[in-house]
Order: sequence, then structure tokens, then C-alpha cells
Amino acid sequence: MIRVRGLVSRFGGQVVHEGLDMQVEEGEIFGIVGGSGTGKSVLLRTILGLKRPEAGSVELYGRSLDGLDARERAALVQKYGVTFQNGALISSLTVAENVRLPLREYRTRSPEALESQTQLCLAMVGLPPGTEEKYPAQLSGGMTKRAALARALALEPSLLFLDEPTAGLDPISAAAFDELLLYLHSRLDLTVVMITHDLDTLFRTCGRVGVIIDGKMRSGAPRQLAEDPHPWIQAYFHGPRARAAQEQTHG
Amino acid sequence: MRSSLALEGDGDTWKLELGGDWSASALGEIVEQLDSLPPRLRGTLTCDWTRAHAPGIGPVWALLTRLGAANPGSGELRILHLAAPSHLRFLEDLRDARAEPAPSAPCDGSGGPIATLGRWSLAQGLRVREFAAFVGRMVAVLTRALSKPRALRASSLVRHVQETGIAAVPIVSLIAFLISVIVAYLGAQQLRLFGADIFVVDLTAIAVLREMGVLLTSIIVAGRSGSAFAAEIGVMQLNEETDALRALGLDPIELLVVPRVLGLVVALPLLTVIADAMGLAGGGLLAHFQLHIPWAQFVNRLHAAIAPSTFWVGLIKAPIFAVLIAATGAYRGMQVRDSARELGRLTTLAVVQSIFLVILADAVLAVLFVRLGV
Repeated sequence: MIRVRGLVSRFGGQVVHEGLDMQVEEGEIFGIVGGSGTGKSVLLRTILGLKRPEAGSVELYGRSLDGLDARERAALVQKYGVTFQNGALISSLTVAENVRLPLREYRTRSPEALESQTQLCLAMVGLPPGTEEKYPAQLSGGMTKRAALARALALEPSLLFLDEPTAGLDPISAAAFDELLLYLHSRLDLTVVMITHDLDTLFRTCGRVGVIIDGKMRSGAPRQLAEDPHPWIQAYFHGPRARAAQEQTHG
Repeated sequence: MRSSLALEGDGDTWKLELGGDWSASALGEIVEQLDSLPPRLRGTLTCDWTRAHAPGIGPVWALLTRLGAANPGSGELRILHLAAPSHLRFLEDLRDARAEPAPSAPCDGSGGPIATLGRWSLAQGLRVREFAAFVGRMVAVLTRALSKPRALRASSLVRHVQETGIAAVPIVSLIAFLISVIVAYLGAQQLRLFGADIFVVDLTAIAVLREMGVLLTSIIVAGRSGSAFAAEIGVMQLNEETDALRALGLDPIELLVVPRVLGLVVALPLLTVIADAMGLAGGGLLAHFQLHIPWAQFVNRLHAAIAPSTFWVGLIKAPIFAVLIAATGAYRGMQVRDSARELGRLTTLAVVQSIFLVILADAVLAVLFVRLGV
């Protein structure tokens, strides 16, 4: 589904990725972890085509991002949904208008169809009726993340990118978000790629995890990856917070 | 392959045949066709999905909610599905779990013209109070600064003088120069009719020094810096930076507003002096090359034309205009809440209002100066 080969990303003299490889198969939930400044968001932006890689290739659905013309790009964009770290809802539009924004652009202008799809998206992410008339500034953190997910789901994508979906949520909302994600994943045949620091989310939802270390990625199932001797991975998976998370999910 | 739906049957047994493209991209088309279903149905309805191609969740959901509406609660319609799409159950659960949309809150907006007038007056009153509070806090900071000069934030003030003043020198000079050339040129055309070419000097000198120098500079600065103040402070409001300052026990008025106002109070008179100089230079050059008035004669005429007060009457307005521009910009910036659109609206408002206030103040001062006889 996604194949990244030999990715090199640079900002001025600072090298972020140095020959990074990554592969995501259809139907899995893939978690990207790494310390601050290891280029998780940069990787995501590169896969989305928001940033050009200095070297290496990125393939989505078996097609390279290079050399897509505007029409092919538009077709590709409709196949995936993205949520950004802070929601990135358009602040001057209501939640409903945010959800309708891509629909209006790519699908239909019929008011009934838009209303139907908006209600569906809000129902899927568990936002109560009445939320649709609110503005992003009136939403709590958890609701903002859900509204962003609703917008990402509006075009019924088969691939979902989530940038820190549970960051800044209280543990109960974060757990609810995990369950929501698993629920949607199992019913909608979604492939999910997410960046997360949240160990609970990682162990609860991700089938495979990729750790960015020294500009490269090491990936595997969470338990298997936890055996890797690299000090950062050891500290990450066997720190005091990690142990609690692992005990909770498998103990 | 167009999407289709066909309802057959009578009275009690219905068959709904779904065919063609039922994917997400056919949503608009399908919703349109759903209109053709009768508003009420009873009996047994069989939905045949065998010929529907790749049904997406959006169209299936639209059908389900439509059928739900045709069978309002009483259970008179039994729905069966043939070759149901995999996510049908999921969507049915979702629909059943979703409560009826809450009736929209009773509108408190109406109530006749009296209520509208009342609400409007209340809003105006609150606005006046808010503005008075803003001015009051600014004065409070300035009073505090008398005993504690550190409150003036010298480094920040210098930065604003640099940004609003020095950086504006080229554009202000250019515009003052060009406008005074235009005035002198057009004036000369008229004065020549009377053989009074030499009075072009009086015309430009008085126009530039009394009015145009300071007014043009103020309008340019309102566009340049008034908008910048509103946008800078507005973005800080959106990022909760001003709240962070307050939480740190720092006063945003002291840190953000007063340095900008004082900075502009320093910068605008200086810019005005430069604009005056450039304006006179423009007039002089035109007089020299177009009207062939020698430099010496120009300078002599200049001395005769302007009273000692002419220059000061213009310059004294600069700090007043500076306060109006900076305070309007900063005040509108502080009002930004919630959205990017607000930021744009209030930045626009800041520029429009500060230009308006500058011209209004100029008119008032013009009358005042005439009454005072200067």
C-alpha cells in the first residue's frame, strides 16, 4: 500500500532521514514512533507529497508520487484521509462545513447528499447531534480530534493518516479514541498509519510499529521490536511508563 | 454504469432493486433518486443488493436513513436485505444508536424591533466600556512608567521605531516626493494663466508642510503598521500567547501595546519631517526644471511664503495621529478571537478605522488652528 525506499530528507545541513525504508501492507494499523526531532512528521509530510524528498522514492497504491499530473493527484488525494496534530479544522467554518469541504469539492453539491454524509461521518466518530453547528474554537480537545477524523473520513478513504491522534487527550478520551479507531478499522477495511507517542495506543491498536532511529526505520510487531537491543528502543519499550502499558494490554 | 434503484410491489410486499454504481462517488446521484421513494411504506421490503456495484458507506447510509424515515418508529415496515454489503450491520447499528437530532434550541433572536434595539444598544454599551477599559489600562501603564521607567520596555520600543519608522523611510519619501511634484505641476498649469508661476512655491510649501506631509505619512503608516499591529497581536491572541503572558503575571498592554504606541509616537514625527523635506525637494525640482525658477529665487520665495508656525502646525499633528493609528491597530488585534476570519476582518477594520480617525482628527485640528489663528 505504501512503500518508501531510501528516503533522504534534509533541512539545510541537518539530515533527518538517511536512507529510510518503510512498508505498509493493506489492512494493517502501522504506528510510527521516534524521539522528538527524529522526523516523524517530516516522514508523514513526505508520504503525503507535502514535502519533496531529497532522494529516494515514495509509492502510494503502487504509484510513485513523482510525475503525477494534477488530475492523477486529485484522484489519489481522494483515496486517503489525514488528520493533523492539532486538528487543523478550518477555524472560520463550522464542523459540518469542515466535513463538507472535501465532499463539495470532489463529490456532490446536492444539499441532501451533503447532509446525509455529514451525519454519517459525525455518527461514525461518535460526535453527538448538534456538534455540526459548532465552530472549531468551541470544541474540546477530544471533540476536535474526532471532528478532524470525521473530515478525514468524509470521502470514504481506504487509507488513513493520523498525526498524534491521542496527544493532549485525557486517558479516558484517548482510550475511547483507540476503541473508535479499532472499531472503524475492523468495519471499513481501513489501512491506518499513525504517528504516536502514546504507548497505550501503540499496544492497543498497532499491528506493526516502525521506530525511526538514526535516520532509518526499524519495524516489527510491538513485542518483537521491544527485544531490539538499541538503547533508545530499550528505554522506550522498557521504561516505567511502557511496562504499565504492556501489562495493561496483555497482563 | 449509472446507479439505479427500482421499487416494485404493491400494498404489502415490496422489492427494491439496487443496481449500477453504488460507490461513494455516486452519492449525489443516489440521494437524488431516493426522492422517488414513497414517503411512507408498510409491509415487507426486500432490498436486493446483488447487482449493486461496490456499495460505499455513504450511499448505503443514505438509503438506510431514508427507509428509516419511511417507517417512523411504528415498525410497520420489515426490511430484509439480499446480498447485503459487508458494512450494512455497522451502519444499521450506527443509525439506531444515533439519537434523534435534538430539536434546535428555541430561537432567542426574535422578539420584535424593541428587543433588537435593546440588544443593539447593550452591545454598543459593552463595546464602549471595552474600549474605555483598553484606554484606561494604557494610561495606567504610562502612569506606572513615571515611577518605574522599566515598564516602558526600551528595547521593544526601539524595535518598533525601527520597524515602523526607519523601514518606512523609502516608501514615505517616494510618495511624498511624487505627490508634491504632481501638486506643483498641476498648480503651475493653473497659475501660469495668471502669470503667477512663482506662487507654485507657496502652493507646494504650504500644502506639504501644513497638510500633505503629515497626512500622507499617516495614511501610509496606517496601512503598513496599523495592519501589522493588528495582525501580530491578533495571531498572539489566537495562539493564546496573550493568555500565557497574563498567566505569567505580565500585562499584554504593557508588553505589546504601549511599546507599539510609543514607538509610533516617536517614529511618525520623524517620518513626517522626512516627508516634508522630500515634498519640498519635489516642488523645488519641478519649479527648477519645468518653470525655470532659479534655486536662489525658490529659497527666497520659500522664506516669504511660510510663517514660522507652518512647519510646526503640520508636525504637531504627527504624534496625535500616531496614537490613533497604533491604538486602533493594537485594540483591534486584542479583539481577535477564535478564527482566522476574525483576524482578517479585524485587521481590515483596524486600517479602515485608523485612516478614518486620522482624517477626522485632521479636519477637527484644521478648524481649531484656523480659530486659533495659526
